[in-house]
Amino acid sequence: MAAIELRGVVKRFGPITAVDGLDLDVPEGICLGLLGPNGAGKSTTMRLLTGQAIPDAGELRALGHELPGDSKAARAEMGVVPQLDNLDVDVTVEDNLAVYARLYRVEDVGAAVDRGLALARLTERRRDAVDELSGGMRRRLLLARGLIHDPKLILLDEPTVGLDPQIRTELWSLIDGLRSGGTTILMSTHYIEEAERLADEVALMNEGRIIARAHPAELIAAHAGTHTAEVYGPPERLTEVRGIAEEQGLRVRPAGPAIAIVGSERAGNGAIPEDAVIRAATLEDVFVLLTGEEAE
Amino acid sequence: MRTATTAMRRLEPAAIAGVMSREVANFRTYWKGTTFSSVLEPIVYLLAFGLGFSATLVDEVNGLPYVEFVGTGMVATAVIFSSALPAMFGTFVKHRFQNTYDAILAAPVDVEELVTAEMLWIGVRAAVYGCFPLIVTIGFGLNPAWGMLLVPLFCFFTALGFAGFGVAMAATVAKIDQFNYVTALCITPLFLVAGTFFPIDGLPEGVQVVAQLNPLHQLVELVRGGAFGFEAVDLARFAFLLGFALLTWRIAIKRMTLRLID
Repeated sequence: MAAIELRGVVKRFGPITAVDGLDLDVPEGICLGLLGPNGAGKSTTMRLLTGQAIPDAGELRALGHELPGDSKAARAEMGVVPQLDNLDVDVTVEDNLAVYARLYRVEDVGAAVDRGLALARLTERRRDAVDELSGGMRRRLLLARGLIHDPKLILLDEPTVGLDPQIRTELWSLIDGLRSGGTTILMSTHYIEEAERLADEVALMNEGRIIARAHPAELIAAHAGTHTAEVYGPPERLTEVRGIAEEQGLRVRPAGPAIAIVGSERAGNGAIPEDAVIRAATLEDVFVLLTGEEAE
Repeated sequence: MRTATTAMRRLEPAAIAGVMSREVANFRTYWKGTTFSSVLEPIVYLLAFGLGFSATLVDEVNGLPYVEFVGTGMVATAVIFSSALPAMFGTFVKHRFQNTYDAILAAPVDVEELVTAEMLWIGVRAAVYGCFPLIVTIGFGLNPAWGMLLVPLFCFFTALGFAGFGVAMAATVAKIDQFNYVTALCITPLFLVAGTFFPIDGLPEGVQVVAQLNPLHQLVELVRGGAFGFEAVDLARFAFLLGFALLTWRIAIKRMTLRLID
């Protein structure tokens, strides 16, 4: 049974269609990365799954529960880690966890709090107010709060957005631990590296629908080949190189100050300048080619 | 570890208790300041109005010493200021600035339970704070009476009503500064035309009729009934407060649902 099943889901906000006929299955026990640019509909999809948004059309099921009708029962079995830090900052670390253990009807609140503190590595700080914690500690606490009831399904909404690389790496190891333990995870992100490192499968979302989905390596092979050539130089030269590459049917995308010729292994003579930097194709190449957006 | 296998139904006590436990955890961090002002304010008002007016302008009102008249009326003032205002500002801040409700609604809690819990917590708190002016007035010479034991109950239901009003307002305004209109156009008139500082039977007839629809006025009369003796009409006053609480509860749930669920 799929942990999440979405069929033809549509969600509009006035004239804007945030989710546009979305079909999505998340099998049990995998980590699916929902990758897309800002405004792709990822957060709206998350809100639809927690019953905080009502679809205009389509069918949704989470853990066997029809949504939004049976959303409360579904929420009891899923954990949510939000994009924004919404901890109670004046309250102690342990009270933050205890409140959510009660909201999730956990039978042994004390044991759940101890487990959450251990997971967040905050046992020593349990009686400190949250506003005394560092950014990384707060993020770990937020994650532990979402897992306080040992959920079958976890929704991670941009779990590391706005964090510095060190804290991001710390969280990745925590999330990877959950994934290895067999918990089903749906993780929205617009960070390529996050999706590559954590997701068993990546679903690329743009303008409210899934435009590609596979294991990261398969996505790269299918859409970007094996190698990408990055060419640096003045704009006139880049325009000339782009023209030649495109004449050979190669796809070219901007890459900051350079251009990236995707699938460069297929290039004929003269298409790739000698000073080009050849590297392995990445999910970022796929992302930019398919969404037209610069990756982060 | 697993969660209790409770059937998911509407208005679950466990969900309401969970939301209230969050309020209690937060209250433990700021109760001193709130309680200090709730005790001090009636003392200041009693000194300013009660002793000041009775020494210079008013000796008695409706056969009551002015200090006792104001002191019993101040219960209503304490209730509205510890219910409507925290409900308005607290709800707005938790929703717009702290994103607290997003986190709560991601748990198995629905908007009806969330609003009910918020109102109950404010009601309980205001029921306690509403008693302070009465206790202070006893210190100024008011004789204790058995009927006063019902005052927390009257305060609780009035506060529930104003908490519902405050939550509904928080779900309606677009910006926090729009609460200035609510305060100026609703709360201040209700507070002034409640019969706290002067009897409303001296007001123009039209204003008297409007004042009868003021829940604070009904509370003032009930508190005075508790202190000086109830009348049959007090049952109707209590029923009015119950109706007010019920009405604002449903309106608050409807407004918050529109605000919180896309």
